[in-house]
Amino acid sequence: MSVAPVEVERPRTGADTSVDRPWVTIVWNDPVNLMSYVRYVFQQVFGYPRAKAEKLMLDVHHKGKAVVAVGAREEMERDVEVLHGYGLWATLRHDT
Amino acid sequence: MTYFRRVADRARDHGDPGRERRGERRYRYLARFSATDAMLLRELVSQIAELVGGPATAGQIKDAPGLDTPGLDTPGLDTPGLDTPGPEAPDLESLGLDALGLTEDAGLPDDPALARLLPDAYRDDPDAASEFRRYTEKDLRAGKVAAAKTVLATLPEGGGRISLSETEAQVWLRALNDIRLALGVRLGVTEDVMEEMARMSHDDPRFGVLAVYDWLSGTQESLVHALS
Repeated sequence: MSVAPVEVERPRTGADTSVDRPWVTIVWNDPVNLMSYVRYVFQQVFGYPRAKAEKLMLDVHHKGKAVVAVGAREEMERDVEVLHGYGLWATLRHDT
Repeated sequence: MTYFRRVADRARDHGDPGRERRGERRYRYLARFSATDAMLLRELVSQIAELVGGPATAGQIKDAPGLDTPGLDTPGLDTPGLDTPGPEAPDLESLGLDALGLTEDAGLPDDPALARLLPDAYRDDPDAASEFRRYTEKDLRAGKVAAAKTVLATLPEGGGRISLSETEAQVWLRALNDIRLALGVRLGVTEDVMEEMARMSHDDPRFGVLAVYDWLSGTQESLVHALS
């Protein structure tokens, strides 16, 4: 049984390519998580390039939340579980 | 605050001269902790482990490898209330640590600090949130306790220079973050916390704990940059 969050190297389909897989992972702003840390976590967990991770982090910071991944429900549940391991405030929902 | 810096892991490169050329260079993450800072951080991660892992965790932590340094008391591990530091321990009360109370209400699911560490995965669907929790919460708790144990195993009680592997450094990041999340809830931290602190009288009961929070923030930031 693995207990620590596993870092995923594979690049993931990003939030900007929606279409036919209707579940989304959302990260919510909170006053504690450091901006640099949130950006770092997005790079580690999703394999996003630094610039994309930075932009998503700024969306969370300024807009209060951001969709950080789109995909099948099981994938999104796994993302949320990993993000909770990092202490980010993440949820998933059906994007309809 | 405590600064982390990244250095090439020469010991590993030495055995394989081609490693650097292939872009496989390994790094170590170095920092130096004063005895007081080390004691403080060890106490805080122990409280997180107990908060997340439950009262049974306190006994397990003491059995972790490398923690049996004789002659040094670790206040708080035996007495979660932090009320009775040993006679030679730094004055916890003067640091405001007696007010942290991270282990308070550990058993209650509605403890706000614990709720922040183990949040709901579904915002508007309590049934789905509960189902998700049933399948994931045990591992999530275990991961956080394991992170706390990694910090205890790599940070000597007396402080000094530490050298972390990349994996350990990443685990430290999560452990530092968990402490800040729990403290942030206990202190009611907002995004204006630094401005608030600047205006605050040093006699304010929250000042000492906010100073600890600020130190943790700087230390975590330094480690993020070293890893980036």
